[in-house]
Amino acid sequence: MNEASNQPIVTVSGLEKRFRALVVLDQIDFSMRADEAVGIVGPNGAGKTTFLSVLVGAHAPTSGTITFAGEDVTHLPAAERSRRGIIRTHQIPRPFGGMTVFENVFVAAANGGNFAREEAYERASESLRLCGMFHLANRRAETLGLLDRKRLELARALGTNPKLLLLDEIGGGLTDGEANELVGTIRELRHRGIAIVWIEHIVHILLQIADRLICMDAGRIIADGDPETVMKTPAVVEAYLGGSVE
Amino acid sequence: MSLDQTIRIERWTPLSRAAILIAALVLVLLAAGPLLFSNNAIDKLTTLFIYVMLAVCWNALAGYGGLVSVGQQAFFGLGAYAAVRLADAGLSVYPALVIAAVLVAIVSLPISAFMLRLKGGEFAIGMWVVAALCHLLVNLDSLVQGETGTSLIALNAYEADTRHALTYWVALGSMTAILAILFALLRSRVGSAIQAIRDNEEAAASVGVRVMSTKRIIFVFAAFGAALAGALWLATAITFQPKTYFGVQWTAYMIFMVLVGGLGTFEGAILGAVIFFVIEAWFGASGVWYLVGLGATALVFALFLPRGLWGWLERRYDLALLPLGYRVTIGGQPPSRERTPQGGPAAPAPTGNAG
Ligand SMILES: Nc1ncnc2c1ncn2[C@@H]1O[C@H](COP(=O)(O)OP(=O)(O)OP(=O)(O)O)[C@@H](O)[C@H]1O
Ligand SMILES: [Mg+2]
Repeated sequence: MNEASNQPIVTVSGLEKRFRALVVLDQIDFSMRADEAVGIVGPNGAGKTTFLSVLVGAHAPTSGTITFAGEDVTHLPAAERSRRGIIRTHQIPRPFGGMTVFENVFVAAANGGNFAREEAYERASESLRLCGMFHLANRRAETLGLLDRKRLELARALGTNPKLLLLDEIGGGLTDGEANELVGTIRELRHRGIAIVWIEHIVHILLQIADRLICMDAGRIIADGDPETVMKTPAVVEAYLGGSVE
Repeated sequence: MSLDQTIRIERWTPLSRAAILIAALVLVLLAAGPLLFSNNAIDKLTTLFIYVMLAVCWNALAGYGGLVSVGQQAFFGLGAYAAVRLADAGLSVYPALVIAAVLVAIVSLPISAFMLRLKGGEFAIGMWVVAALCHLLVNLDSLVQGETGTSLIALNAYEADTRHALTYWVALGSMTAILAILFALLRSRVGSAIQAIRDNEEAAASVGVRVMSTKRIIFVFAAFGAALAGALWLATAITFQPKTYFGVQWTAYMIFMVLVGGLGTFEGAILGAVIFFVIEAWFGASGVWYLVGLGATALVFALFLPRGLWGWLERRYDLALLPLGYRVTIGGQPPSRERTPQGGPAAPAPTGNAG
């Protein structure tokens, strides 16, 4: 691994997010390197999605700072963060329904990716191919089913040429074959040097990728480290209410 | 597998090339209008050009930008007012029409700073308030004399035939320019960005679209178009009464044209303007029945052709005469499972391949 990957790509300190009286993120400290793939687990309502929303700038934090690639991005608008390489997929897909699948990804490449037209074409085609969606390129996004909408979330995120890719439950509802395909795709992205944060309830998929696991509960990070160890931590087992941790 | 793997992004089709050519020919023929037609016919066509401008600009705003404004008469009225003022200040009349529109576009910039923060219905109502305010402010001008109004007297300097012809040519030129600029704008990256904003603003921002500046481009363009239309209307009507120009009926016409023609389709807005023009020509004189007819037409379309006439044709026959989008082909064919670029991820999927 090169020099750059030893530097943290993202560092979060003292991050807090409240919705009125509700504390959703409670003093989060977190840091990761560009060569890491971090899995996030935690019960419903733990604040996982909100954490990503604050990282990409969809929500402003109540307090705390976010540093990305050495730059303080805490007050940077979402569009500028994505142009710097932070991107997420939405847990509930948000396609541009009136546009084709290709156009969805092209917009991401031409804006977030800062690519000129021809490069953006190539970038979009290649992102679609990676996500197994090329054959749907000319389909209007609003006609897609849920699984393809999720694939489109990933393809669109890749269109922006990210450095840090934040995935929010893209593995749900897949067959074994599809899940394997997804894992293959994410591995390929790691090879290309993209840092990955992946929220997933389907832990066995996550563990094929993550070399570090975080468990969130009630807005806090209650465990962080090697996946095997984290999954065995009593607090984690309890947070899942003794539920089967596959 | 020795399939042709060349990926192409097509933005023109043979049909659309032909359509552009025919459109250009029609415009050239129209340019000869004053040599061929009576003054009455010339005036009618001038009206049609103004309707086309109003329709395509409102469509750009609402159909592509998702910014539904019921206050575009603000810019229509300001355009006419600015033209009166500039002519009064001694500027030559026809240049004054265009400069008036440019001035209104500049004025629309600070307005956009406030209005574009509003969403959905708030934006619509907000624009209506802006129109009412503009109307009030213009009434305060002593030149306008309240609702009594004033006229573009400088036009009287022209002999009647010349005046009709000049107004016609300026209107034709303005419409052509508006159509050409808008077509280029919507085909540029601004076009895809604004549609992304329309479909999901937060997602658009999340993939790097600069939401405010993109919306502002469309907003200012639509203001410019409406102002130019208003200034041209003044050149045909000569009298300027604030009530007529700042009336909400202008926006009602825009909405009618765009909904009937097809919201969010470039061709549809033009078609809608033509339909509105024809309905008005036939029934315009029949007073209340005209309004009933307009309402009934709008209702029939809302119920049976919610995408408008062009929206329906476009989907039914996969038509695109003036295409704004991007079509992907591989080896000259539409992509399919069999026709997909080779070379998968580094770690190939063990299952689920091959269609
Ligand atoms: N915009 C909002 N306004 C108010 N409360 C919110 C908002 N977004 C999230 N919340 C609340 O914050 C808490 C955390 O939500 P979040 O979506 O981050 O959880 P999560 O860990 O992603 O859960 P899940 O596993 O169900 O996706 C929840 O109680 C939720 O109701
Ligand atoms: Mg969530």
